[in-house]
Amino acid sequence: MMKSKADEEDYWNSSKFKAFTFDDEDDEFSRLKESKRAVNSMRNLVEEDEGDDDEEEVEKVSWSGEPVGSISWSVSETAASNQKADREPAFPKVSTDSVTMSRSHSGYSLSSLFKGKTKAANFQSFSDSPSDSSLRLYAPELRKPKSEYKDYVSNWSPEETVQRMQQGKVVSLEKFRSLQDKLLLLDFAVRGHDGNVITAILIYLKRTLSKEVLFRELESRQTALRHLIHYLTETRDQRLLLELLRALGRMEDVALLQYKEHLSIADENKRRDFLKTCLNLPFSPEDSAHIQDHYTLLERQVIIETTDRHAERGGKVEVFQKFPRRASILNMPMITTLYYCCFYHYTEPEGTFSCPLNIRQTFKISEKQYFVTALAARAKLKAWSDVDALFTSRNWLGFTRKKSPLGFQRVVDILQKNSAPTEVLQNYVALVDDAELRISLAQKHKCHDIVINTYRDLKDRQQLLGYRVKVKRGSAEERKIDELLNNSQIRWKN
Amino acid sequence: MAQSARTDCPELPDFSLLKRLARDQLIYLLEQLPGKKDLFIEADLMSPLDRIANVSTLKQHEVDKLYKVEHKPVVSTSDQLCFLIRPRIQTVKWICDVANADKAVGRFRRYKIIFTPRKFYACEAVLEEQGIFGEVTTDEWSFSLLPLDDDVISMELPEFFRDNFLAGDQRWVRTAGSALHLLHSLYGPFSKLYGIGRCSKMAYESWREQVEEGEQTTRQAEIGKVFLIDRDVDFVTPLCSQVVYEGLVDDIFRIKCGCVEFGPDVTSSDKSLKVMLNSQDKVFSEIRNEHFSNVFGFLSQKARNLQGAYDKRRGMDIKQMKTFVSEELKGLKQEHRLLSMHIGASESIMKKKTKQDFQELLKTEHSLLEGFEIRESISFLEEHISRQVSMMESLRLLCLLSITENGLLPKDYRSLKAQYLQSYGADHLLTFSNLRQAGLLAEQPAGEALSAMESKVGKLVNDKAAGKLSDAFSSLGRKSNFRALSRKLNLVPKSDEEYDLRVPRDMAYIFSGAYVPLSCRLVEQVLERDGWSGMEEVTRLLNGHEFAVTGGSGAEARTQSDAQRIVLVMFLGGCTFSEISALRFLGREKGYKFIVVTTAITNSSRLIESLLGNQI
Repeated sequence: MMKSKADEEDYWNSSKFKAFTFDDEDDEFSRLKESKRAVNSMRNLVEEDEGDDDEEEVEKVSWSGEPVGSISWSVSETAASNQKADREPAFPKVSTDSVTMSRSHSGYSLSSLFKGKTKAANFQSFSDSPSDSSLRLYAPELRKPKSEYKDYVSNWSPEETVQRMQQGKVVSLEKFRSLQDKLLLLDFAVRGHDGNVITAILIYLKRTLSKEVLFRELESRQTALRHLIHYLTETRDQRLLLELLRALGRMEDVALLQYKEHLSIADENKRRDFLKTCLNLPFSPEDSAHIQDHYTLLERQVIIETTDRHAERGGKVEVFQKFPRRASILNMPMITTLYYCCFYHYTEPEGTFSCPLNIRQTFKISEKQYFVTALAARAKLKAWSDVDALFTSRNWLGFTRKKSPLGFQRVVDILQKNSAPTEVLQNYVALVDDAELRISLAQKHKCHDIVINTYRDLKDRQQLLGYRVKVKRGSAEERKIDELLNNSQIRWKN
Repeated sequence: MAQSARTDCPELPDFSLLKRLARDQLIYLLEQLPGKKDLFIEADLMSPLDRIANVSTLKQHEVDKLYKVEHKPVVSTSDQLCFLIRPRIQTVKWICDVANADKAVGRFRRYKIIFTPRKFYACEAVLEEQGIFGEVTTDEWSFSLLPLDDDVISMELPEFFRDNFLAGDQRWVRTAGSALHLLHSLYGPFSKLYGIGRCSKMAYESWREQVEEGEQTTRQAEIGKVFLIDRDVDFVTPLCSQVVYEGLVDDIFRIKCGCVEFGPDVTSSDKSLKVMLNSQDKVFSEIRNEHFSNVFGFLSQKARNLQGAYDKRRGMDIKQMKTFVSEELKGLKQEHRLLSMHIGASESIMKKKTKQDFQELLKTEHSLLEGFEIRESISFLEEHISRQVSMMESLRLLCLLSITENGLLPKDYRSLKAQYLQSYGADHLLTFSNLRQAGLLAEQPAGEALSAMESKVGKLVNDKAAGKLSDAFSSLGRKSNFRALSRKLNLVPKSDEEYDLRVPRDMAYIFSGAYVPLSCRLVEQVLERDGWSGMEEVTRLLNGHEFAVTGGSGAEARTQSDAQRIVLVMFLGGCTFSEISALRFLGREKGYKFIVVTTAITNSSRLIESLLGNQI
């Protein structure tokens, strides 16, 4: 008992000046404010200067690319020269002349010009500053503002205190010791809508209240609560943040926050193990499934990556030689992984982890999604027979026909984006149901046969005549059109 | 464009003063640390700083070397280090590390941190915790208004959006209030302020407090009216693909602080070109607000005119030639350079857009805006996702679908989410959680779901549930009620009429005639009615927080009629170039001049990027 009391007193003594004062520079601050006001009020003076060079300087930045004098340019210059500096000894010698205390009055200084003028305007605080600042540099403890003392004596109410804080003035919060006072502070801060002050009060409350009490009181103060959550996020106080969310019963947020930690784990094995621990987090059932997938996926990626890296180095697997892997598959999305496996492991038996069909089953990938991905991967490899096989289905009579879960128009699009040749493209253009769409696609991809046959089927002589001009003179297409036009069997509609 | 435009638009105030103020204040702060010093600048402050000062300005005030803040050990040999940073805890921690590392090797240096636009108590608490409070001097540089153009001012605070609308942190409210206060004291007094949104209301109150704290100004007002709007009042507009020139350039090349970098594909050389895009560029200023379909025609006409002007040289005698060279040639050359650049940019835009099936994408967006053929749009989106077309575009369409439909049917939500995670990575689970929290993505509660038929017709909207905060506890998001708002405010013009994009008849032209941006429609309506009267239904659907108040005492009497038609529109959480174009159009039509103040320029990518959850 005695000891703790002594501690407390000790605390008070030592905190007399280092107490919770956010700002020991009241005079500095108010001077700045004054200067701002003064500058504001001197609009006319400033306007008179308009003609001088400085104005020009500002505007010069405009045209002609990045001006040499610009700040971004200069920073990149220092960055470049720093690379040289890096190689120099770690502790550069201390230069002797750089501790120049005297303030060098640069004749160019804009604000010193300013000062000259403003003196006439009966404005004095500027002139105090040089002596003050050098004094401060030497002996910070000497310039403890005396005015501050007043704060400990005078009796600001919670409301007044909050107001002063909003204005950026010095305050001490230490005297607000009762819970009621603390909450009054908080409530006034919230009423003042200044997030800066709300957070300041919260920092004080966090320091002087037990977690249980603080959390309890915040539950009914949503605005303040959000500020504390944001503050803890920014200071990366993960532990307390989790405690807070748990106390509030926001279990999904707890889960998400913990899950988020995996982003900062670079090592894939550690990350996988961490994800495994995430499986027990209190996610919603829906999200639990996503986390499970994430874990399973990374687990597989680690296996696939090891095997494939080995195979690639071994130099015996043809596909890796012909199409070297551009990046590791680790941490890639599921669809990318599926694409990768369709690319490198298409024909593997279903038992392996990298077999596309196995992946499709494990992650319940829809038929359409699987189809699109496999199509793109096989087309990229120009494995046209695989592409063809994707569409082939047999009906119960054993006839094959081409079926697609995706419109053939899209199929053509995907193939074309993977630079399929016209011979391949036309097989699929021909399967587009809508005649008009088929023609426009065929024209776009120069599948002349399809255009010609479609016009023939539509018995559209005029269009056919029109198309004749578009094909190469003397080509097989032209001959085919001529044959059709001369064919007396066809009953043209026009 | 807009031949019918009124010619009596008032003149804009001169905002270059803001730049001078910011620069002078910075110089003053630098002089507070006399002697040679190295300056460390936060990466995202470099471009804004470039707009108001340059290296020689800094050198004149004894800045020796410049570094970018990179959260790595410093290599500087200077005895004085000055840090110009945003008030971010991680940056301050890094500075503490630097100072403590120096201490550990017995090195003495002086440190000064200049926070901009303000310092936060939380940052100083870090200094205290790390034991260097008092050893580091701190200051504030209240640089919060950067004029990007004659009528656009940016606060360059992109984090405003995430902090306020995702985290629910009100740290920037006072900054917004102060920015407004500065404008008020320089160009006010404002006679009338309107606004909508939680944050707008708070910013207004903060402004009012600051007006009461400070002295009263008795100036001739240059800005009469102010309209404040929260970004979450209208998420639909920034999620749409932009099709006016400036918006397109931003979507594709990303305009940063009024400056864009055109790559070799635009410049048709091996070099990239950084250029400022503003009203100083005579070619740009004529096409920036045009629908893209008009831009080609305009540029080729311009090219012909230029050719004609060059051709005049033929048949000139020496004297005429001399005058031509001295008077005209420079201008022609300049115009030539501008023209070829914008032609290059347009070509590059065309190439990129045709490659990604832009037409089909726009068609889907328009269907969503109209509430028509929703199932088809969902299949389009599914295909987009399954083909891994673009991670961002897929999210954008998903959010647009959710907001225009007042939330997704649970089964659609679940299946789209599952497909998304498969295509772009399971860690986007965190992104989905963010999007839900910010209200960009929602699941319709089971009972409220529309039947497939109803959603197809797109007419029936559950108005009863409107205005209720969905779940104030876990989410800041609100119900969107877009469909009902669209009908009430006539946002989607009838599609059976031809829309001539060359002669736009309303603000819908910025989206090819398919949609009038909600945000700008609200501005139009409120100015017309001088308040919210008669719009009770609309404000209820927008979840309230609207206000219309008179400015300071007696402000009205002193305000000239010209100033009454200068309207400052402040977007809290960002605005798009398309919205700026729409307001410019509205201004020409109604004889207003709009000044846009925004926390940052945004677009669909920036909006969604700021909510991605899979970043450390």
